[in-house]
Amino acid sequence: MATELHISISAENVATFGPLNISNSIFTSLIVSTLIILFLLVINHSLSTKGKRTKPLQNVAEFIVEGFYSLVQGVTGDHKKTRFFLPFFMSFFIFIIMNNWFGLLPGVGTIGFRESAEGTQHAVLLQKNIDSPVSTVQAATLAQESESEDLVPAMETEEDTVMSETVEPAETEEHAEALFVPYLRAGTADLNTTLALSLFTMVMVQVIGIKYLGLGYFKKFFNFKNPIAVFVSVLETISEFAKIISFSFRLFGNIFAGEVLLVVIGALVPLIVPMPFYGLEIFVGFIQALVFSMLSIVFYNVATVSHDDH
Amino acid sequence: MYTELAIGLVMGFGMIGPGIGLGFLVGKALEAIGRNPEATSKIQTNMILGLAFTEAIAIYALVMALILKFV
Repeated sequence: MATELHISISAENVATFGPLNISNSIFTSLIVSTLIILFLLVINHSLSTKGKRTKPLQNVAEFIVEGFYSLVQGVTGDHKKTRFFLPFFMSFFIFIIMNNWFGLLPGVGTIGFRESAEGTQHAVLLQKNIDSPVSTVQAATLAQESESEDLVPAMETEEDTVMSETVEPAETEEHAEALFVPYLRAGTADLNTTLALSLFTMVMVQVIGIKYLGLGYFKKFFNFKNPIAVFVSVLETISEFAKIISFSFRLFGNIFAGEVLLVVIGALVPLIVPMPFYGLEIFVGFIQALVFSMLSIVFYNVATVSHDDH
Repeated sequence: MYTELAIGLVMGFGMIGPGIGLGFLVGKALEAIGRNPEATSKIQTNMILGLAFTEAIAIYALVMALILKFV
């Protein structure tokens, strides 16, 4: 069971444009963002109030927006606040859930390139005992099929395949030290993405606090009325930074642990057994997206309430 | 070798708290559903949110173990 378990805690570099490094998770989140923007543009294009019947896409969009609206309304209890918070909630939710689910697609994290001393091999499948490019794998399977169809004329091809089989293991031994880098990796399975999201959330919390309470918002962090108040304000300041860490590690940990789980289960029992785990990961992806966006809305809502009131 | 021991200890001790927490959470939620079956859906959604938070603590330990193992 000397399977190649490709587990990397950080995203790997795929391409470089001058000083800009494109890692595989950035690449994936760019794809996801493009898909989301395209979907929203199509919806925007199909919106109309003229016809008697609304178009199906408009129905879907209205269903999504209304569902989220009532969810946020349940937290804030104020329509004005809900209107302001809803765009943040929806962008967080849709971006995170699409990234989580994109990581579960076949080919994400398993198709990549192999870097070695001789050069880079592109479009390599990460699989047990198959360390060759996709094209040669296809050629080998085609050759096998033709062999099974007619045995006698396939003598020459058989020799060829035998030749290639004898050559390939030597190559793979040489490539054993080579580095495998997948083209795609779920965006939220990278700590940088989740850290960026959580930093944005916590900065927005401060912005919203100032917007609703003015400079009085900072009374929460600098309160020198009595010793207890000083202690509380220090705790508030620390907890603000702790929230960044817990936000980012919760999302990253859940999605990355899910990927590791699927890789390990897939290596132990490749057939059927991983299927319920895929179901679990789909559920976890949904729950984590919901938790992240709900929690950010709860923090926004708390920031709008003056500290003396509660 | 000490790293592997550390990984084992992190996972072992790290799972105690979340395990107790998850047990409490589901137990109390089931109790509440038993008392008031009409509120099942509301209790269930809040329970799943709570489960996600409790599980996150276990995930922190798992992340630490993974960092110890692979970095």
